[in-house]
Amino acid sequence: MNFTEKTKLAFNAVADHLLGNLKSHEQALVNLHAEESLFVRFNGNKVRQNTHVEQRSLSLQLQKDKKTANITFSITGEIEEDKKRADFWLEQARQECDLLPEDPYQVPIKNNGTSDSTFKGTLLSDEDVVKAITAPAVGTDLAGLYCAGPIISANKNSQGQSHWFATENFFVDYSLYLGEKAVKSIYAGTSWDQKAFEENLAQTKNQLNLMDRPKKVLQPGAYRTYLAPGAVAELSTMFAWGALSFNAYKQGASAMQRLADKERSLSPLFNLRENFSMGLTHQYNSLGELAPEKLDLIKAGELQSFLISSRSAKEYGVTSNAGDSGESPRAMEILPGTLKKDEILKELGTGLYLSNLHYLNWSDRLNARITGMTRYACFWVENGEIVAPIADLRFDESLFDCLGANLLAVTDFQEIDPQVSTYESRALGGKKIPGMLIKDFKFTL
Amino acid sequence: MLHLERTMNSLKGTADWISLRHVTEKTTFRTVRDEKPDRNHISFDQGVMVEVLVDGHFGFAGTSDLSDSGIKRALHKAVSIAKAAALHKVHAFSADHRPVAEGKYSSPVVKPLDSFSAKEISDIFVEATRAMSVSDKIVSRSATAMIVETHFHTVTSSGSDFEQRFSIVSTDFSATAGAGGEMQTRSDSGGLARCLQIGAEVFDRASIIDRSKKLANEAVELLSAENCPDTSMDLLLAPDQMTLQVHESIGHPLEYDRILGDERNYAGWSFVKPEDFGKLQYGSKLMNVTFDPTVSDAMASYAFDDSGHKATKEFLIHDGLLIRGLGGLESQSRLNLPGVANFRSSSWNRAPIDRMANINLEPGTSKLEDMIASVERGVFMQANKSWSIDDYRNKFQFGCEYGQLIENGKLTKTVKNPNYRGTTVKFWNNLKAVSEVRETFGSPFCGKGEPNQVIRVGHTNPYCLFTNVEVFGA
Ligand SMILES: [Zn+2]
Repeated sequence: MNFTEKTKLAFNAVADHLLGNLKSHEQALVNLHAEESLFVRFNGNKVRQNTHVEQRSLSLQLQKDKKTANITFSITGEIEEDKKRADFWLEQARQECDLLPEDPYQVPIKNNGTSDSTFKGTLLSDEDVVKAITAPAVGTDLAGLYCAGPIISANKNSQGQSHWFATENFFVDYSLYLGEKAVKSIYAGTSWDQKAFEENLAQTKNQLNLMDRPKKVLQPGAYRTYLAPGAVAELSTMFAWGALSFNAYKQGASAMQRLADKERSLSPLFNLRENFSMGLTHQYNSLGELAPEKLDLIKAGELQSFLISSRSAKEYGVTSNAGDSGESPRAMEILPGTLKKDEILKELGTGLYLSNLHYLNWSDRLNARITGMTRYACFWVENGEIVAPIADLRFDESLFDCLGANLLAVTDFQEIDPQVSTYESRALGGKKIPGMLIKDFKFTL
Repeated sequence: MLHLERTMNSLKGTADWISLRHVTEKTTFRTVRDEKPDRNHISFDQGVMVEVLVDGHFGFAGTSDLSDSGIKRALHKAVSIAKAAALHKVHAFSADHRPVAEGKYSSPVVKPLDSFSAKEISDIFVEATRAMSVSDKIVSRSATAMIVETHFHTVTSSGSDFEQRFSIVSTDFSATAGAGGEMQTRSDSGGLARCLQIGAEVFDRASIIDRSKKLANEAVELLSAENCPDTSMDLLLAPDQMTLQVHESIGHPLEYDRILGDERNYAGWSFVKPEDFGKLQYGSKLMNVTFDPTVSDAMASYAFDDSGHKATKEFLIHDGLLIRGLGGLESQSRLNLPGVANFRSSSWNRAPIDRMANINLEPGTSKLEDMIASVERGVFMQANKSWSIDDYRNKFQFGCEYGQLIENGKLTKTVKNPNYRGTTVKFWNNLKAVSEVRETFGSPFCGKGEPNQVIRVGHTNPYCLFTNVEVFGA
């Protein structure tokens, strides 16, 4: 039995056991996260550390009348041991309920349906990974992470809801360095294809060769700027930082407040939506509610909707659109425009070509003003020709400007930006993002 | 029940060296918003990291399956992946990189956390958010605690047996005020910066209510304040903002794994080069920085790092001169430089890497009122709200919640949206005065590493005065 099969047996047995032990005035929801992961970290095209991890945890939400308790606990995959743990934590959850005040925004547990998806990938064997990556990269200074294995997300509740999503995926998130110049790339998927990885690597090497010229030091100021999909993807993370959350909006913490209140606007060229048809993660949220397959959030520069969870819906008396508890996009797509790949440099003319951005934060949230750095393959372009890599610059720019009146064009192609976060556990999902040509992008240091 | 010593005895001989690190961690979040429960979540995580040395390379396998067969399976995995990588390892290590350690550490606790119930916390937090209702301009009021009880226990085939028990509470109280299209938030020193190794004595009702009222009043005050001016002037930073300043522009660039390039694909490299130690004048003569795991209540006080290396206080920067970096025994061998005991993992499912711990600016000799009196034109900033720095840790821009102008030696007007920017070495060389008083803050969430890890860090810092800093109002 492989990890996924063993986990499915254990989850079904333990969740059913737990839900079967509820008393008449109790309702419960159980979420599972499980993964078997191999992480290999590289520096200088050598292995710095490699770690294998097998982990499983259950998150229980117990509703006892108007009280709500949430408890997450590790399980082992061994059914008898895990039943004992479930019994213990159910009792703890009951005690929590007794101690806490009533939860006025409790979302009643209901049956949001059933789904069962298991995707099998073709992964490298753990013992072959090091050679598959280092051999074609000989002679380069490669730094980065290979990560692979099954990830499972599932839930069941006391009203009969049951969702199961298991997939097997991998990514190589890496940089090639030449002294202090570097280029970043990601090769990700569900079926390892050695040739495709080697092509990805060859492209990265080519880009690094372009960097092999003296850096141009630019003065702070406003520059015509092309943001490649990797740079726009970094910018788009700010939309996941409360900006599109209805609760954050109501609590005065959304950077899109002025867009929602129609005091500011974005460009008619800018369109952002949730799109689960990309297939990078499951459509149901942690309550098991099915999110719409496509949901326009910003259309032609105007806010169509915030993400609204059922809890927020209850608190503010609005309708939920199955936003997850954090009300952040889970399947973000920024729609393409008309700028063709081979016309980017010509349309840019003279200015900056930025492949990546780094370490973004609000410098003024209410005005959606962001500061951050350029990073990796960033070039000075003159008359449509790449002239030199640049010394990194700090920008400070409002989304209402760069995605507003200063947004000149959006590329007619998009790239997948896979989720590579591994804090505590591996995250699912990813985004689909185009490039953007912007005038007067402001640099301050 | 898991019995580490017995399990270890049954595994001996399968690798050149073996370690079992058992970690349990209970994290409790309690948030009250607008006098109602918002988030109550308990997380109990446990597992074992099996670490082996094979052919000069350490392999790691973590598992939440604590049965004998689960641990054996992890051991075999650790051995096989260590073998597969040994031919391509960055450096040949030995058991000397895992010194034999024995002993125990416990956080200083007056009143154990389990003596204080969910109801008691909830009651105080309801009251705290009620105390924030100082004006009809207040739009959001919240009180949060993150309570962590952790136990790390390590045994090794070479005879190490050490245990560390941490009791940690991070809190935040926060009020947002809005009117006329303006929105301002004040928190209790920025995010969850108020975090300590402590017991339930931290939930001091009177102090919490006082602070909550003050914060709410300041949020309202900021609504009608002028923007911070755009100019270059003297900048006085409070200890809560110094936490961030020290963390980002001293702690991270001095981490040896960054200097060695391990972190280049994620958080970045460092402007500090191995040859800079003993030579680089990092800051003015007033700048003395230590790695100090002995500050009693700070977040990252401990007796051993995860390699078993005994933790001691060390000077990193002395009279402004860079003398030592932040690297554990592995990095010290790779760089041939002295370091500190900072090889730490976030939990049982991650391998240790070089981390910050308690990184502190040592106290100076100035009185705060004399520092203010010495300024002709400047700004005093408190409580971090925005942070960004480049991947070499040179060009930074930080924003605070609350600013006050200093004019002719006196604090005058309150200013909103105070921000400043600079480059690391130039900034620290403009350090003009350091207070004799210090305060301890920290963060439960320093992110780094591939795979990603968060770690707890502590920062005990004085008030610091810098000259000629570019400040601006956003
Ligand atoms: Zn950090």
